[in-house]
Amino acid sequence: MIYDVLIIGAGITGTMTARALSAYGCSVAVAEAGSDVAWGATKANSAIVHAGYDCVPGTMKARLNVRGCAMMEEACAALGVSYKRCGSHVVAFDEDDMATLRDLYERGVKNGVPDMKILSQAELREMEPNISPEAVGSLWAPTAGIVCPYGLAIAAAENAATNGVKFYFDFPVSDVSRAGDVYYVSDGKETIAARRIVNAAGVHSAEVAGILGEHDFPVTIIPRRGEYIVMDKSVGNTVNSTLFVAPSPKGKGILVAQTVDGNLLVGPNANEIADADDVSVTADGLSEIMTGALRLIPTVSQRNSITNFAGVRATPSTHDFHICISEQLSGVIHAVGVESPGLASSPATAEYIVELLAQDGLVLEKKSDYIPTRRRDGNPKPFAHMTDEERAQAILRDPAYGRIICRCETVTEGDLKDAMRSPVPAKDLDMLKRRTRAGMGRCQGGFCSPRAAVLLADEQETSLDHIGKSGKSSWLVYDRDEEEA
Amino acid sequence: MNKKLIIIGGGPAGLAAAAAAFDAGLPAEEILILERDREPGGILNQCIHAGFGLHRFGEELSGPEYAGRYIDMVRERGIEIVTDAMVLSLTDSREISFVSPSTGFVRLQAEAIILAMGCRERTRGALCIPGTRPAGVYTAGCAQRYVNVEGFMPGKKVVILGSGDIGLIMARRMTLEGAKVLCVCEIMPYSGGLARNIVQCLDDFGIPLHLSHTVTEIHGKDRVTGVTIAAVDEANGRRPIPGTEQYIECDTLLLSVGLIPENELTRGAAIEMDRVTSGASVNQDRETSVPGIYACGNALHVHDLVDFVSEEAELAGRAAAARILGEAETAKCVLPVKTGFGVRYSVPQRVEIGEGTDKVRLFFRVDTPRKKVRLIAADDSGNVLVKRTKTAVAPGEMESLELSAEVLSGLAANGAKEIQLMLEEM
Amino acid sequence: MTTVKKLTCVVCPAGCPVEVTLDENGTILSVTGNTCPRGKKYAESELTHPVRTLTTTVALENSVEHRLPVKTDKPIPKESLFAAMEIAEKTSVSAPVKRGDVIIADFIEPGTNLVACKTVEA
Repeated sequence: MIYDVLIIGAGITGTMTARALSAYGCSVAVAEAGSDVAWGATKANSAIVHAGYDCVPGTMKARLNVRGCAMMEEACAALGVSYKRCGSHVVAFDEDDMATLRDLYERGVKNGVPDMKILSQAELREMEPNISPEAVGSLWAPTAGIVCPYGLAIAAAENAATNGVKFYFDFPVSDVSRAGDVYYVSDGKETIAARRIVNAAGVHSAEVAGILGEHDFPVTIIPRRGEYIVMDKSVGNTVNSTLFVAPSPKGKGILVAQTVDGNLLVGPNANEIADADDVSVTADGLSEIMTGALRLIPTVSQRNSITNFAGVRATPSTHDFHICISEQLSGVIHAVGVESPGLASSPATAEYIVELLAQDGLVLEKKSDYIPTRRRDGNPKPFAHMTDEERAQAILRDPAYGRIICRCETVTEGDLKDAMRSPVPAKDLDMLKRRTRAGMGRCQGGFCSPRAAVLLADEQETSLDHIGKSGKSSWLVYDRDEEEA
Repeated sequence: MNKKLIIIGGGPAGLAAAAAAFDAGLPAEEILILERDREPGGILNQCIHAGFGLHRFGEELSGPEYAGRYIDMVRERGIEIVTDAMVLSLTDSREISFVSPSTGFVRLQAEAIILAMGCRERTRGALCIPGTRPAGVYTAGCAQRYVNVEGFMPGKKVVILGSGDIGLIMARRMTLEGAKVLCVCEIMPYSGGLARNIVQCLDDFGIPLHLSHTVTEIHGKDRVTGVTIAAVDEANGRRPIPGTEQYIECDTLLLSVGLIPENELTRGAAIEMDRVTSGASVNQDRETSVPGIYACGNALHVHDLVDFVSEEAELAGRAAAARILGEAETAKCVLPVKTGFGVRYSVPQRVEIGEGTDKVRLFFRVDTPRKKVRLIAADDSGNVLVKRTKTAVAPGEMESLELSAEVLSGLAANGAKEIQLMLEEM
Repeated sequence: MTTVKKLTCVVCPAGCPVEVTLDENGTILSVTGNTCPRGKKYAESELTHPVRTLTTTVALENSVEHRLPVKTDKPIPKESLFAAMEIAEKTSVSAPVKRGDVIIADFIEPGTNLVACKTVEA
């Protein structure tokens, strides 16, 4: 089989593009190096739908961010993904910062960001009562929002799969050859043939451009790690919107935000690292982000931490997204250097990549049987989001919805089964976690993970020692009868 | 399914409370136990080691045996247990909602509710241990479930952080099952576990215990490949001392770093909480600030011995039955129990004294290990009510003092304002 | 010439610090620090032939549960713990089982049994 389009990378850009393409009568595949959708930066970022005042006017970032932000609500509604337009403040602590806010405001106006306002200290405090008394004002952007980034990518991938897109996981592209107008993309074991390639390989996108055959590629990727702390839901409403510190020459600063699931998120710092896959968290990093968070909200306490993580952003040397038709290779579209605001831009980025593919000659005909919304074969929504009446009905339909597996996040066996049987099914604990939130609560899977692992083993008709935490080599337990194996 | 007494949790606390309520005269058909697991018994089902029941039954039982005895008591009394049942909400008007596969979604109102949800373990995320996030980092209880219930081994080369009893018990268990336990690190300068467990879980197998040490980094991409441990500076907030880091190759890190009472339902009902115990604030009947809602067991405060859990739950069960049967008496005065020198918390947090108030045992924990102390309960004028000497006390072990009925009626008669608990060094 | 050995009694959770005084032949002269007679017995046994109760699990068939918790009904010699584990590891029982059922009679030592700690229905 020769696919019309192969997308390399199942992050937010790849999955949203796959979904957009799945509306048309072309055959599409996605090759992902990791074991799941959203394996890289998409699963570990600030989860913010930026309004778009931050980007330099005239850049691709500016255009796609503002349009993506406007498209986000509808995309989330169609995909059944939680989204909240909670707005954002860029907080100033002195007159220099206030000047920065005015610059940002001007940028925002040029970028077409609607309804921004510069707020006084009193106005800011009224909206954010827990803000530091040292804060003197803010730039308020009501169109900014929050969304679960991996939730959106998973939903987009499921919807794409429902509409016929094929996903290849654990497929790190290592070799590409070409015969006629067909690319043969290999991971060293298996080969996928396709006429067109979309390079959406995130932090490895410049590397993939090289493998595809680009010479003197104009963009290099500087991997920059950002660390975060997730706090308990009991302090989720410490803020009502996303709070940024006014950017300074020292950097963009730490943010304090609510997540769409009700936790409080603080972070990130930004450190250049040598290994693009190094997502470890450091003691210095955690203390750096706590210091930054305390500057905004003096009551934030590490005591409420439930977990921490780090993600690596694909910072481009050109400081702008590099999304274009390749000049050297026919049939190749690059989506390189998609760092922040890549999440906010993603609906618009996908739309733009489809346009570029059409420009490149891909024939796009709307499918008559296209399903624009994510279909859940089990329940229409997670048990945790149901009303009491819906819960009663769900348990009547299938008693598995009456068995709570994750107590902290109210996730039922029915929810877990839905995730294990979805179009892009969960095969390990972390995949289940990202799809259902089982194990994301305050006990961090202490109670539910052995139970969820047993369900995974049952579903896969295997034994517990074949179930992983995150990918195949991430074993949880070993069989005591084969201890010397 | 309307019931007068609903007990949330079918572990040792819930089972004992139910049996005691029945024995106090409440008919079995008025009592309902809601248990979230597929069988009653709670965490005892995976605590296969011995050490339970010496006070209660005069013999040393394993966890499942201890649970089994209480399950039998409840079954003999004909009390209903719904398993796989999770309570989703609780209100201060004693209304609950719960789900289970067999009953569906159910809303109930009761005349009394006993909270016996137990506790959960502190996690890596709460400690903010830096490093990677591979498989192989387990809370001790989670690992215990894998070994003892599922029958699989969570690792071969193990480092344990935390020398509480669960950590010590797991060190022995993993060793007996063929794993190599490299060491146990304890951030405090003393172990939080029982002395006997240090002897029979560590010393018996030559497992080193590193006091004033912690894990400063976790290594490994897919699975743990090692941890870095370091000595901590007691004088500097127990921060790691630079230069003392030591890399230990292992595939598993077990965490036994504390238990936290489960009280999401309690908070949801706006019940007054004790910041130190993380449980509800209660009187000697284990009644919370909301009349008719009681709390007991590890949901109220973390116990050292299950025997005391049963004892406490029986108080709650009897009191709930008395309330329903209209036998509860009204208090003439309410005395808060205040903690003084050397005492971290006390349960109950208040004593209510009425006409026929019986003796009250005050349970408490000390703040740090001490030798040769006097445990003292006094009134607010400094009059010693009861005292007892001990050769040694430790935070890991619960202490108690009993106030007799005479002492209590005396306090009421003399217009005492509070009861104070303290230590005196000798 | 007497020697003093310090032990922590493991008979019950109290964990009494016990001191045993021995003469030059290793004969116990006195035991102090124990708060009950079992502490004295423990100290004597610990210095002559230390014993421990073993608790573990055996494989369980014919049930939704996979493991049956078991224990030795008397303490066994400390040095036999791993040998006992090996036997338990190879043992499998089928539900139903009742708490107290003898799984292996004369386990490690004559008169000592490996018994079920839990009742499991089929």
